[in-house]
Amino acid sequence: MAKQQANWSPYDNNGGSCVAIAGKDYCVIAADTRMSTGYSILTRDYSKISKLADKAVLASSGFQADIKALQKHLAARHLIYQHQHNKQMSCPAMAQLLSNTLYYKRFFPYYAFNVLGGLDNEGKGCVFTYDAVGSYERVGYGAQGSGSTLIMPFLDNQLKSPSPLLLPAQDAVTPLSELEAVELVRTVFVSATERDIYTGDKVEIVILNAEGLRREFMDLRKD
Amino acid sequence: MTCIGSYLENSEEMLSDRFEVCILMKINENECQVVSSLSPKSSSQCFVEASLVEKRWMLFSFLELYRFGKRYLLFKTVDTSPLLLPPPSVAVAVAVADRSMSLSKMPVVDGERGPDASSFSLDSERTLYPYVTGTSVVAFKYRDGILMAADMGGSYGSTLRYKTVERIKPIGKHSLLGASGEISDFQEILRYLDELILYDNMWDDGNSLGPKEVHNYLTRVMYNRRNKFNPLWNSLVLGGVKNGQKYLGMVSMIGVNFEDNHVATGFGNHLARPILRDEWNENLSFEDGVKLLEKCMRVLLYRDRSAVNKLQIAKITEEGATLFPPYSLKTFWGFEAYKNPTVGAEGSW
Repeated sequence: MAKQQANWSPYDNNGGSCVAIAGKDYCVIAADTRMSTGYSILTRDYSKISKLADKAVLASSGFQADIKALQKHLAARHLIYQHQHNKQMSCPAMAQLLSNTLYYKRFFPYYAFNVLGGLDNEGKGCVFTYDAVGSYERVGYGAQGSGSTLIMPFLDNQLKSPSPLLLPAQDAVTPLSELEAVELVRTVFVSATERDIYTGDKVEIVILNAEGLRREFMDLRKD
Repeated sequence: MTCIGSYLENSEEMLSDRFEVCILMKINENECQVVSSLSPKSSSQCFVEASLVEKRWMLFSFLELYRFGKRYLLFKTVDTSPLLLPPPSVAVAVAVADRSMSLSKMPVVDGERGPDASSFSLDSERTLYPYVTGTSVVAFKYRDGILMAADMGGSYGSTLRYKTVERIKPIGKHSLLGASGEISDFQEILRYLDELILYDNMWDDGNSLGPKEVHNYLTRVMYNRRNKFNPLWNSLVLGGVKNGQKYLGMVSMIGVNFEDNHVATGFGNHLARPILRDEWNENLSFEDGVKLLEKCMRVLLYRDRSAVNKLQIAKITEEGATLFPPYSLKTFWGFEAYKNPTVGAEGSW
């Protein structure tokens, strides 16, 4: 008897887009709230954003069960860190932890496409983008998920980020003000919703700055 | 001379917490009995002791021997098989506690007495596809709590084999669990939850597990089974009320979970959810809620081939869970097009 092949897949794509933009003293992290499977919408009100530390906020899209497990794992590690070091993890530290956690499952990956945003030790905005197995890079802005191919070129155009190959290295952080950046994020999601079937319903925008964390919601098209 | 001790040194990754080492004693031709078992940490010591008993260990090969709830590998000598030794002879076996490990890479000795090695293949224990399945479950929040409905059919492929399957069960004091998918896996989940609720009750501390906690537990169970490539083939709906807070969530067989004001599994997601998105509101009375549920279940009855016309409605409120007796929906088939379908082409069907 030929070996039976499984007719189920351990992965599913629950869709959605995530964006993060780093500014001089703030960071904007946004994700839509639609959770879908195949051509069905499961729920219109699911948050993809998770606050890992005071200065590190993670937005993930992809396979929801893996994302939940990943966020739980990171939250648990952060708690241990707090107990051991009596302080919160910085954003670059969390970035490294996330990368290692993802690579740990290199041969059965977390199907999670992450964007980590926050403030670094100097209070400047930082954004790290990841792939599913943990390769990461600090950038001035990033987009992941089903709408990333629509969003990224638009951000490239509007934020005019200098090439990372330039010497001396130029700051990738955008000169835009916080309000302008939030407005840009809103525009980006409205456009992505028009063309990406997995993006829509609502966008949740989290703004991290020296004062703390602020959360805003904006309705998107529900079709 | 390769002895067990050095084999284990070479493959320390095998001796993880999954493994348990036992000393088996042969009772008669076909049976072995576990004499003592040791933790993996003391395994090398165990083999030293065993070798003192056996006096010599030569090259080893593996043979899947007997099951004692776990699978055992018997390490035996090439020249002196413990199976061939007269009882009571002692051999050492390592139990494989982790069922997901594939042993196809291990060399198997042929021509040995004992059960066929392949009949204990771990692969045959994994779920490949469901057998007896239940179809959709529909649930939503209403004014006083949660309303849930499911029909009572258990299909065996395309046969409607069982027509009185209760697919909604109360869990503890505060929750209702409805399941679609493999019925036997649902029963397994009920056993897990039984144990969970039992342990919760044994604390006897006045606190009880609410729907949020049960939902979280189920999510972890489903996700873990998916990680081991042996899923529980169910889509679960968990609803409940605790301390005035209504909760309704869903978990799929690969661990995808969410909560919402209304949920449905399987076909219900496609047929019932749109009706609910249109007509659901927060303050449905019980009567209106039942009418809405019946509307959804009627559509499913018309359009889902695995639905049976015998449904069970359950509600859960702060006071507790109530499962109503099963009943049937009235259906209408009196369309003109259905009357005399062969008019105009007698003899056709």
